[in-house]
Amino acid sequence: MDGALLDEALLRRLTPSVLGVLVRRGADFAAAEDAVQEALLEAVRARRAGSAPSASGDEPPVRDPKGWLVTVAWRRFLDANRADLARRRREELVDEEPAPGLTTAHDDTLRLYFLCAHPSLTPSSAVALTLRAVGGLTTRQIARAYLVPEATMAQRISRAKRTVSSVRFDQPGDVATVLRVLYLVFNEGHSGDIDLAAEAVRLTRQLAAALDHPEAAGLLALMLLHHARRATRTAPDGSRVPLAEQDRDRWDTTAIAEGVAILQAALARDRLGEYQAQAAIAALHADAPTAEETDWPQILEWYDELVRLTDSPVVRLNRAVALGEVDGPRAGLAALAELEDSPSAEAGKGHPLPRYSAVAAYLHEREGDLATAARLYAAAAQQAPDLAERGHLTRQAARLNARRRG
Amino acid sequence: MAKYLLLKHYRGAPASVNDTPMEQWTPDEVAAHMTYMNDFAARLEQTGEYVDSQALAPEGTFVRYDGAGRPPITDGPFAETKDLIAGWMLIDVDTYERAVELAGELSAAPGAGGEPIHEWLELRPFLTAPPTITE
Repeated sequence: MDGALLDEALLRRLTPSVLGVLVRRGADFAAAEDAVQEALLEAVRARRAGSAPSASGDEPPVRDPKGWLVTVAWRRFLDANRADLARRRREELVDEEPAPGLTTAHDDTLRLYFLCAHPSLTPSSAVALTLRAVGGLTTRQIARAYLVPEATMAQRISRAKRTVSSVRFDQPGDVATVLRVLYLVFNEGHSGDIDLAAEAVRLTRQLAAALDHPEAAGLLALMLLHHARRATRTAPDGSRVPLAEQDRDRWDTTAIAEGVAILQAALARDRLGEYQAQAAIAALHADAPTAEETDWPQILEWYDELVRLTDSPVVRLNRAVALGEVDGPRAGLAALAELEDSPSAEAGKGHPLPRYSAVAAYLHEREGDLATAARLYAAAAQQAPDLAERGHLTRQAARLNARRRG
Repeated sequence: MAKYLLLKHYRGAPASVNDTPMEQWTPDEVAAHMTYMNDFAARLEQTGEYVDSQALAPEGTFVRYDGAGRPPITDGPFAETKDLIAGWMLIDVDTYERAVELAGELSAAPGAGGEPIHEWLELRPFLTAPPTITE
């Protein structure tokens, strides 16, 4: 048996379309999802055993993996729902399947994304459901990726399924929530046995293929451009390497070229959104042969666009950095001061804007005020939301303090 | 999606509203308290927000390295230590507001007279994994 043809990646790619078939045959989403998950596990077991499962008596899964998964999942669904089905004849259900051509695998996939990112779900539920129902990950894998017990993750997923159980599968959803969920998967994953960033790229690529939307393309470009720098973001000792100090020769030029091409095609359609604008900034960084050659004026223009699009305090903070590079640190600090007085800063009271002190420290250092910069770096380290950031900021403070002692 | 530790203190936190020590409650009141804590944890598991909970013995030992080839030095317990952790619950929630809400519920566990203890719990966020996109 050719294991390569039936590797887990292939099985997981087939997940959404197999699930789509079951739902179109009349299975409700929650039960269909369970059945597909069981079929996936069975396929993995069969592969590890080196043979098709004898119980099924079907063609070995390797010849027609999708057909095999549909058959096994459907049988699992019937087994689990026999009582229910006694009221409806099985033939009826099969007859309900639309003729081929009316619905494509793309449509099924798309509906699943919308359902799993339904606005009625909390972000963490939407993320978990998307990874399982669209991504084909097991509950255990998702639990490990988010460092919670498997029982907790199982409950989170089944609650999410109950929440969306009344949502009609064929209703169009909100693209923005789907993109937000994928962004979260990319940006907030822990490093477990599943590479969540790579998984987010895969799911976004699949979405962008099924959905003609410039922001889906923009998000894919954004991910590719950041993913390209991944190997250089962390030093061997685990510490963070800031963008300006990364070894640009080790950036993945193939991923960058792909990201730029996708971005350009999206921008050409003249329907700008925040992911395209963020991707444009990432592309400008990726395009600079050295940190000194970064096109900061263009980056600043994109941040201006982003402020118009989102008015987010985080964007304003990053804009202050760009402004500092273009017009000097004093201009950056002035922009920062405005941010402190803005209504959005008020709204976040009690939760200091992450990296505010870090940005202020950086600008003060560039202005030559090392004492203030060192103090702010130390304060920023105290507020840092993650260990790598805290280590980085502590070293910045230590570096300046050592220099001041001379 | 953030983890928070709900820390319960033997001492070091401000006094509870209903601060009769547990050993002076009736056995039924103690049982009701335990049931409340277990139900709370079970409910959080149902909502997909539970990670862990543990209780600690009040007395511990302080240990430190004492140089190569020598056994570690042990000391304590120190009666003067101001802050003493009794246990914790670890939750994984979507927002800070949700963490506060849950801490409030846990603090309402019944004590003497079956009345809520109004115990002060300390809410501490975990440091997260670094985000991928920072600029």
